Amino acid sequence: MNDEIKLNCPVPIGDHATVQLAHGGGGRMMKNLIEGIFLPAFGESSSSPTTGGGTGRASGTRTLQPPVPHDAAVLPVPGTGGASGTQSGTRLAFTTDSFVVNPLFFPGGDIGELAVYGTVNDLAMAGAVPAWLSAGFLLEEGFSLELLRRIVESMAAAARAAGVRIVTGDTKVVDRGKADGVFINTSGIGWVPEGVEISPERVEPGDVILLSGDLGRHGMAVMSVREGLRFESDLESDCAPLAGLVEAMLAAGGTEVHCLRDLTRGGLAAALNEIASDARAGIEIDESAVPVTEPVASACELLGLDPLYVANEGRLVAFVSPASADRVLAAMHAHPAAIGPVRIGVVTDAHTGLVELCGPFGPGRILDLLSGEQMPRIC
Amino acid sequence: MKYLDEYRDAEAVRGLAAAIRAAATRPWNIMEICGGQTHTIVRYGLDQMLPPQIALIHGPGCPVCVTPVESIDRAVAIAGRPEVIFCSFGDMLRVPGSRKDLLTVKSEGGDVRLVYSPMDAVALAQKHPDRQVVFFAIGFETTAPANAMAVIQAAKLRLLNFSILVSHVLVPPAMCAVLDSPLNRVQGFLAAGHVCAITGMDQYRPIAERYRVPIVVTGFEPVDILQGILMCIRQLEQGRAEVENGYARIVRPEGNRPAMERIDEVFEVSPRKWRGIGEIPASGLALRESYAEFDAERRFPVAGITADEPTECIAGEILQGHKQPLECPAFGTLCTPDRPLGAPMVSTEGACAAYFRYRRREE
Repeated sequence: MNDEIKLNCPVPIGDHATVQLAHGGGGRMMKNLIEGIFLPAFGESSSSPTTGGGTGRASGTRTLQPPVPHDAAVLPVPGTGGASGTQSGTRLAFTTDSFVVNPLFFPGGDIGELAVYGTVNDLAMAGAVPAWLSAGFLLEEGFSLELLRRIVESMAAAARAAGVRIVTGDTKVVDRGKADGVFINTSGIGWVPEGVEISPERVEPGDVILLSGDLGRHGMAVMSVREGLRFESDLESDCAPLAGLVEAMLAAGGTEVHCLRDLTRGGLAAALNEIASDARAGIEIDESAVPVTEPVASACELLGLDPLYVANEGRLVAFVSPASADRVLAAMHAHPAAIGPVRIGVVTDAHTGLVELCGPFGPGRILDLLSGEQMPRIC
Repeated sequence: MKYLDEYRDAEAVRGLAAAIRAAATRPWNIMEICGGQTHTIVRYGLDQMLPPQIALIHGPGCPVCVTPVESIDRAVAIAGRPEVIFCSFGDMLRVPGSRKDLLTVKSEGGDVRLVYSPMDAVALAQKHPDRQVVFFAIGFETTAPANAMAVIQAAKLRLLNFSILVSHVLVPPAMCAVLDSPLNRVQGFLAAGHVCAITGMDQYRPIAERYRVPIVVTGFEPVDILQGILMCIRQLEQGRAEVENGYARIVRPEGNRPAMERIDEVFEVSPRKWRGIGEIPASGLALRESYAEFDAERRFPVAGITADEPTECIAGEILQGHKQPLECPAFGTLCTPDRPLGAPMVSTEGACAAYFRYRRREE
């Protein structure tokens, strides 16, 4: 370090030359990464990539339209009847997701359960019936086999609960220090029933937005046991498979269910912003209608976090035509995977691409994507 | 949530807004000091509930925003050293220095850790006797007591591998700087409740008297803030300029004596640079000579690092309330939370970030 340093160049720090943690945080930086690097390279090939844990929707053959990002790619199976890209014939949904959670075991779940339900849920968000999963393990030299056994057993139980089979896999071991215990990747295939067409492109003004339960349990449960932050709470992750719930919703609403999105990193705010942007629609949410339980609200208060941005692993939002909203909501109420489902807002043709939150006192505000990860406040 | 819900109650909020409308007969400009208050105001749209002749001016009370570029550059230089574990509150990690922020240092291999308390950094120093643990001690009088305690604790444990990089600032000198500015428009203040919980109210009486401005100690919830505004407007309308307590459930007039004693034991008042404002005499805290061995600026050769502020950024005018974020030509275009030119766009308590998050559509 010399002492003649005099720095004064206001280089925008946003142009990072290296990968930052926030590139994986589900916020704007991740969106920029996908749009800046992945989509230009993969976007026009026949199978399209990928939002975090999710994927671009295949856009048929040789179309130059960029794919609309969605949780899973829906792919026509050649030789099964319809021309590719049309509704007739067999359609498969395909998705992949990687899991790096710390700690590996947390109240209400573990990495194995997440790895199964995460991928099952991404398939379900394309309206697919999840069928087969792959499981890839990246193991760090020295990792406890006993813990690995627990994780794998938990994956097996989760697969049974979700009605899917793990049919292929892969294992790699890396030197100690080159990974953090265990990383898991799962890919999944499901089939899309005839007539089901779930996509952000189908969202239209007037659609009612339904939320399947209260927010923030997973994120705060994981945080409550994280090193250096431990706090007392009875919080448990909401980690759960959503395919059964989706099936019930589709049975009630059929094609009137326009779009589904599970809430993961970045929480409700990220999911709504993605859809507002992909569907080129405006979204209006009634903030006081969004359910947050007392323990989650208190933990968020303590850390200065906003529950609307906190991660979930067992909640979804649905965009449904107004005529069938009550029917779909009733079907959600009747299903155990929905915990107090509610109507939280509507789609409008105003303020395209933005999510507007109607506050408790009248004035509204924007519900924005975070730049990176949510940081606890200073004081 | 008890102690919170009643201060976010819609009935109470509407009642106070109506009382403010009834009380205000003339235009008044009121500055809320603290970034936490700004955040609440913009988040809930409280300013939009006020009569048009009442203007809220956002003050300099965001600890992240006022930390000067050169402190960040020093932090970056220290954090990049191989022997150092650099500990900081999360908000500081993304604030741009001249060339880098602390997150970039981390991605380049620096051992930068997010902690929730300076005592976590002391514990790290105990656990890693072979490493130098440095805590980035920033903030107002609110964070100073805990930082002082960390130094006292480290001294007791003889943890000579612990040090703090100090960039502490004080509220009253900043208020005087705002009032002394020839561009000043501020006629009354909402003082930062949590700062007053530590310091008490006495420090503010000379300011109220000298400048003839009402100062109302104010909390952070919607009801608190509207209550503070109402009390301030009543004083202005009646021609009073007093220090009043609108946050009595937290603030005692005498403050928190033991906390003040800890601050006084470890720190002394010193001149401090403020980001965007420049140096204000007697506006900050520095380690006393008796604790100098815990001063990271003495332990590492960083004292020569100085930096100029980016010229496109009007943070200084924002922080002094001369301009509102939407008046900045760079707002939302050259300057966004992804590519911040200045700290008010970074911190969750920064006025620009609050406007960007909640008010972008008004561009």
